[in-house]
Amino acid sequence: MALKFPIYLDHAATTPCDPRVVEAMLPYFTEKFGNPGSRNHSFGWEAEAGVDAAREQVAAVLGATDKEIIFTSGATESNNLAIRGGALMYEKHPAGSGKSRGHIITSIIEHKAVLDPCKRLQKEGFEVTFLEPPSDGVITADMVKNALRDDTILVSLMWANNEIGTINEIPAIGAMLKASGREVIFHTDATQWAGKMPTSVDKDNVDLLSMSSHKIYGPKGVGALYVRRRRPRVRLASLVDGGGQERGFRSGTLNVTGIVGMGKACEIAMQEMDRDTARLSKMRKRLEESVTAQLDSTQVNGHREKRLPHIANISFGFVEGESLMMACKEIACSSGSACTSASLEPSYVLKGLGVGDELAHSSLRLSLGRWTTDEQVDYAIEKIVAAVKKLRALSPLYDMHKEGIDLSKVEWAGH
Amino acid sequence: MSYGPKIIDHYENPRNVGNFGTQADVKTRKDVGVGLVGAPECGDVMQLQIKVDQATGKIEDAKFKCFGCGSAIASSSLATEWLKGKSLDEGLAIKNTQIVEELSLPPVKIHCSVLAEDAIRAAIADYKAKNGLPADADTAQSR
Ligand SMILES: Cc1ncc(COP(=O)(O)O)c(C=O)c1O
Ligand code: FES
Repeated sequence: MALKFPIYLDHAATTPCDPRVVEAMLPYFTEKFGNPGSRNHSFGWEAEAGVDAAREQVAAVLGATDKEIIFTSGATESNNLAIRGGALMYEKHPAGSGKSRGHIITSIIEHKAVLDPCKRLQKEGFEVTFLEPPSDGVITADMVKNALRDDTILVSLMWANNEIGTINEIPAIGAMLKASGREVIFHTDATQWAGKMPTSVDKDNVDLLSMSSHKIYGPKGVGALYVRRRRPRVRLASLVDGGGQERGFRSGTLNVTGIVGMGKACEIAMQEMDRDTARLSKMRKRLEESVTAQLDSTQVNGHREKRLPHIANISFGFVEGESLMMACKEIACSSGSACTSASLEPSYVLKGLGVGDELAHSSLRLSLGRWTTDEQVDYAIEKIVAAVKKLRALSPLYDMHKEGIDLSKVEWAGH
Repeated sequence: MSYGPKIIDHYENPRNVGNFGTQADVKTRKDVGVGLVGAPECGDVMQLQIKVDQATGKIEDAKFKCFGCGSAIASSSLATEWLKGKSLDEGLAIKNTQIVEELSLPPVKIHCSVLAEDAIRAAIADYKAKNGLPADADTAQSR
């Protein structure tokens, strides 16, 4: 099949909707358009039935029960509800008492949708520990254990990282927290994990879990928060008040079409998980190995084994990010650099891992998806290798490196 | 960043890429002036080298290498084209605004052209210093 350009290798940013998902959604726009809150006619009942079915499909992918699923507008909202709603509910001392309102543990490589709610709580009188992972990017149970305090109320750590694809020790952290006997709520932002990897909130001892539909071939603008109902029953302060939908956790008429789509996406995810994982991890390994075999001064970021099947993050020495993106314009992917290049937003995740402590690295995140083909990956490999070679031929820094000059020892006339 | 056709052309077919020897070589060559500006931490490093005909005082050849964005590559490529055949004073008269205009650089990329102007000045200043010529009052390397 002839390749179509640009090639989409940015599935960690978002995914196309599976056609089966679109098909499941369609009737809910026009025929079954009712408000699930309308209890006294069939339009409402039909819509409610659609939402109920979706709730079961989402619960199934997490190993939860349907009563534990709260629909939201996406993982950003789920994270905010979990972290802010949790902190406000479980605070140790009220605002204005002059004492710490409670201690929260998270990490510096979380998504902004976790970091920013935590920083806001910090301003409002909570204390927050931001764990710093080692260069492999993995947060372990020991790191969390060492950060626990008597007043710790919440731990929020992502299951898998969106930039480098590394996997934190979530089940081990859950088990450690449970064994500690402390009353600490455990939240995980599983946006990049749920629906892609096997999940069992009970076995894994997770209390709150955020996920998003558009990362798993469902529609945008819909997500879910798993809220544990038993052992312990987790309570949250609501952030959006009104009609009392979603058991009062999240008011507002439900996004029925979106929810139905998310449910279908979860159902398909369960059926195709093993196949997708096997196929994508093989492809990703080939991509990483072939690029690094053909280019020197190139490294794959993050832990070698503890990682998602579909995300590759590769750093290239001596080439600048924007020109690299220009040279790979047939490939739609994300870039990051650990330095403060004027033309690129520096990546706090890579910086946090110490990538680019050697000067002048830029990185590409390539994330594969359900319809990525071997031909597309072959093309990407060829294109990236050619681009880096071209830019290195232009790079005075690569010359210096080859001449054995230590770039950190040069006196630069910065501008 | 969406770029105009001239930037893309210089980016895809950069003119006069190269150097007149290793860093150690060019340091001792009196007929070559070297400008190395920017810093890796800032994401841009531009290297411009001029080769001067000692008899006529004209720039007979110019070469560049650039670690930087598309605009920086295009600006330095254009600078080498403009420098060839010019006297040192004519070279010093090249202004970053002319580069901006020629390439239609977007406003956020104006500093890339400034970097090119800095590189020109630094290369000429290096040549002058190596040959005992009076430094131009205006050739301050850093701004
Ligand atoms: C780890 C992580 N958390 C949260 C989000 C935000 O998700 P949403 O777009 O559904 O709000 C994303 C997506 O960019 C993500 O990758
Ligand atoms: S040289 Fe800094 S963005 Fe172009």
